[in-house]
Amino acid sequence: MLEYTPDRRPTGGLRLPAHKEASTAQPIARGFMPRTLVLALQQHQGPPTTPVVRRGERVLKGQVVARARALRSAAVHASTSGHVRAIEERLVPSVHAIHRTRCIVIDADGEDEPLPPGSGAAWPEDPEEQLERIRDGGIVGLGGGVFPTAEKLGPHTPCKALIVNGVECEPYISCDDVLMREAAAQIIDGALIMRELLAAPVCIVAVERDKPQAIEALLEAGRASGDASLKLADIPTVYPTGGERQLVEMLTGEEVPSTQYPSEIGYICQNVGTAYALHRLVRAGEPLLSRIVTVTGEGIARPRNVETPIGTPIGELIEFCGGYVGDVDRLILGGSMMGYALPNDEMPITKGSNCLIAAVHREVRQDFSERFCIRCGNCGTACPARLLPQELLRAARDNDHALLDEFGLNDCIECGCCDVICPSHIPLTEVFRNAKFAHARYQRQEVFSAETQQRFKRHEERKRANVERGKARQDHLIHEVETDKAARQRAIEAAIERARQRRCNDSDAE
Amino acid sequence: MRFDVAPGPHTAPIASVPLTMRRVLYALAPAALAHVWFFGSGFAINFVVATVTALAAEAAVLRLRRRPTRVPLNDCSAIVTAALLSFAIPPLAPWWIPAFGAASAIVVAKHLYGGLGRNLFNPAMVGYVVLLISFPAELIQWIPPRMGDLDYQHLGFLAHLTYSLTGALPADVTIDALTRATPLDLVKEGLRSAQTYSEVRAGSLFGGIAGRGWEWINSFIALGGLYLLYTGTIRWQIPIMLLVGLLFPATLLWLFDADRFATPGFHLFSGATLLGAFFIATDPVSAAESDRGRLIFGAGIGFLTYCIRTWGGYPDGMAFSVLLMNSAVPLIDRYTRPRIYGRD
Amino acid sequence: MLIGTVVLAGLALGLCAVLVLTDRLLPAGRDRVAEQVESLLPRIQCAQCGYPGCRPYAEAIAAGDADINRCPPGGEETVRRLADLLGREVLALDTTLGSADMNRVARIDERNCIGCNRCVPVCPVDAIVGVQQTIHAVIAAHCTGCELCLAHCPVDCIDLVPRDA
Repeated sequence: MLEYTPDRRPTGGLRLPAHKEASTAQPIARGFMPRTLVLALQQHQGPPTTPVVRRGERVLKGQVVARARALRSAAVHASTSGHVRAIEERLVPSVHAIHRTRCIVIDADGEDEPLPPGSGAAWPEDPEEQLERIRDGGIVGLGGGVFPTAEKLGPHTPCKALIVNGVECEPYISCDDVLMREAAAQIIDGALIMRELLAAPVCIVAVERDKPQAIEALLEAGRASGDASLKLADIPTVYPTGGERQLVEMLTGEEVPSTQYPSEIGYICQNVGTAYALHRLVRAGEPLLSRIVTVTGEGIARPRNVETPIGTPIGELIEFCGGYVGDVDRLILGGSMMGYALPNDEMPITKGSNCLIAAVHREVRQDFSERFCIRCGNCGTACPARLLPQELLRAARDNDHALLDEFGLNDCIECGCCDVICPSHIPLTEVFRNAKFAHARYQRQEVFSAETQQRFKRHEERKRANVERGKARQDHLIHEVETDKAARQRAIEAAIERARQRRCNDSDAE
Repeated sequence: MRFDVAPGPHTAPIASVPLTMRRVLYALAPAALAHVWFFGSGFAINFVVATVTALAAEAAVLRLRRRPTRVPLNDCSAIVTAALLSFAIPPLAPWWIPAFGAASAIVVAKHLYGGLGRNLFNPAMVGYVVLLISFPAELIQWIPPRMGDLDYQHLGFLAHLTYSLTGALPADVTIDALTRATPLDLVKEGLRSAQTYSEVRAGSLFGGIAGRGWEWINSFIALGGLYLLYTGTIRWQIPIMLLVGLLFPATLLWLFDADRFATPGFHLFSGATLLGAFFIATDPVSAAESDRGRLIFGAGIGFLTYCIRTWGGYPDGMAFSVLLMNSAVPLIDRYTRPRIYGRD
Repeated sequence: MLIGTVVLAGLALGLCAVLVLTDRLLPAGRDRVAEQVESLLPRIQCAQCGYPGCRPYAEAIAAGDADINRCPPGGEETVRRLADLLGREVLALDTTLGSADMNRVARIDERNCIGCNRCVPVCPVDAIVGVQQTIHAVIAAHCTGCELCLAHCPVDCIDLVPRDA
């Protein structure tokens, strides 16, 4: 396995305390079985799935409970055997916020009975069928973006490189790290399956330097695979180099244009967890039933990484890790930078849930009293998108939409770097998040206004043209009548004829 | 279980304004002690007067503007302004000099522009320039350093305090006996009156590189600057480019004619060069905001300082250069905006 | 002293001349002001301001003939932005003019529409379709909720409903 040298140093970013030691001290805890499952019908970015089970029905482990209708979707499976208790609307954590969506609630029967062996067909040869199988296997991007993997591996712009993302730069999260340590060979195998599908000339596995054990394991597995297209890039430990756009820029020196996805310029990024899931699907016929979740924070009795069945209620998972200790101040889903606080622990783990932090008071940001911006510019230096957050802040608070566009509000990736480094403790990220909503509304309004203006202009023109045409015809008639006797006679006759006609019509109507 | 929610990011902030300001004060402490060591207790008296005035002025203006007073007062920014001003004014000065300077700095330069973060100009330098233009006589009363082999009269702490408060000197001392021109003054006057640089610097006030005493104070200032760089309180762009902007023309002209131009070492260790580079020009509020802008901003200050020192009417030009470049900041910012990721 | 006075006075006069000339010679600034004003208006052509469209109102504002608080659909926000742009005082919105609301659209009640075709030409943005003797309909995506059609319906079959309903 060859070393891959990144093209650039990371742009901006911060070196943050990692807080990962607590959860990486032990191996992944396996064999955890919840008592209930809450399976959301939409756990991916794309159209929701359609349930194919009924209330009271018994389902087996690995059975499809909701089918995907499009390639931009992914099926949902029962992660253990049990009975369907209900299909109802519940609050479910999704990528950026909590959503109300339909869920299949299953009472586990504790037997964990799988589908009968041999019920799955062999892995097909045809690439199109393979993509359908990936979709029906419920595989989505496990890095947190939950983009359907079938869609991402499907045909598009010729792929220049497959980037397998094991960077995991955000504080607290360590699920990819432990997976790479323990299942490097499977990850490499999954990556090679993806490379095949994409016909990518190279496959770059990117890992941060603070994970030496993972790098060692990957190098070992890479050598064992004997594939020459595999390369490993160990990259500096800077948050947020794991973001797709940042990673592509650093590895290749190419920037993803503002309005495009990395795939549109030929780079496909896939998380190591996704590669592992794909390996399981292809080699063992097992759909996505579980994922590794980091359960950590000072408010957890036994912080660790747990192989968690999809749909596990968060409370049960925390119970499995020894429950809460001390005064838990905030329950965060995701990392401490881009994750969000949950109001309760009743919601389920979804395919995108990578980390749970039960944080005590001193671990999290508390001080929301902000001072004036002192223009120190540290936010601009830390911004991986090279924005000027202090200028954006002013534009956002002034509602100056032209400036917001100029300063690149929509290029903000909400990584939170500016927020954390701001000496005046201004909640920049929150301001930008809100401004994005307002800005989108404003832009829609602007488009509507511009179209309306055009329509009004055409309307007015037509009205004017009509008036002019009518006037021209009248002028023409007057002119004709005044100059030509015969025409005058004709006009009089026509008028008499019209009057008679009208009378006839009126008497008909009566 | 239920939990409180709060918007992300959840990581606690890693910097704060009071911490930044306190670090600046720590970094100035060694140089302040050296100042007191070489030039007597005048610096300490000026600093106390300036600090009290600055805090009082800030509280008064905040009250007038109907703003909360507690948070802005405890951010230490007024004390930093007072400290920088105290470095700029002569130790032997009546009390109303630091008081007037600090009051102008806080009221005019800071709060009339909208308070910390909104001021276009560096408050300490505005305070100093107001003093320099209004009271030139008091501002050139510099005293020679206290060194074993130099035979000058010096005042003790009480006599200093008495002079500062009442303007009265001990019976057997005259003001002229106490004061001496600064090395920068001497070089400027000497070169103007057709002396060569080596003739000027043969005087007893000069040490190996620059003015005696000043060499030490400025070394401590550089040390403080390195501490600020190390802690990430300031970034390298402004100080380094300021020194380049000053030393590059200085070296070039000195190589061209060593008799008519002072050595780069003299420029580096004289006047406010190092104080300006590490403490004054790096004031974030009035500096350019992007890294590229800061390169230009720093280089501009250095170059202007050299020009004023060599060809201008004042012996040192740091304050004027800083203010001039402060006024150029909006322009610099406009043309040095970084290209946003993924945009042309 | 004398030279200084002369030079400075000369400079001042010269610059004055330049200012006056640019003001006279450059293309009328008022048009550009009107354009900017128009871009701040919602441009839904509801005519509630008393002018036949947004552009005429913008021109009246630019000429100083109209107050900036006569645009009900724009609301307080528009008044504030106009005040900002023109350096005028922020006025309270003139609520006597109407209540056009961009979040509502017109809807024609098909049971009552007689196909008289009177509403079609009055819609400033051609959002109503239909020909004589057939039932008319409103293209909701084009409708601005300006209320202009309401008064022209002889059978009162047009009403305003929330946009998303």
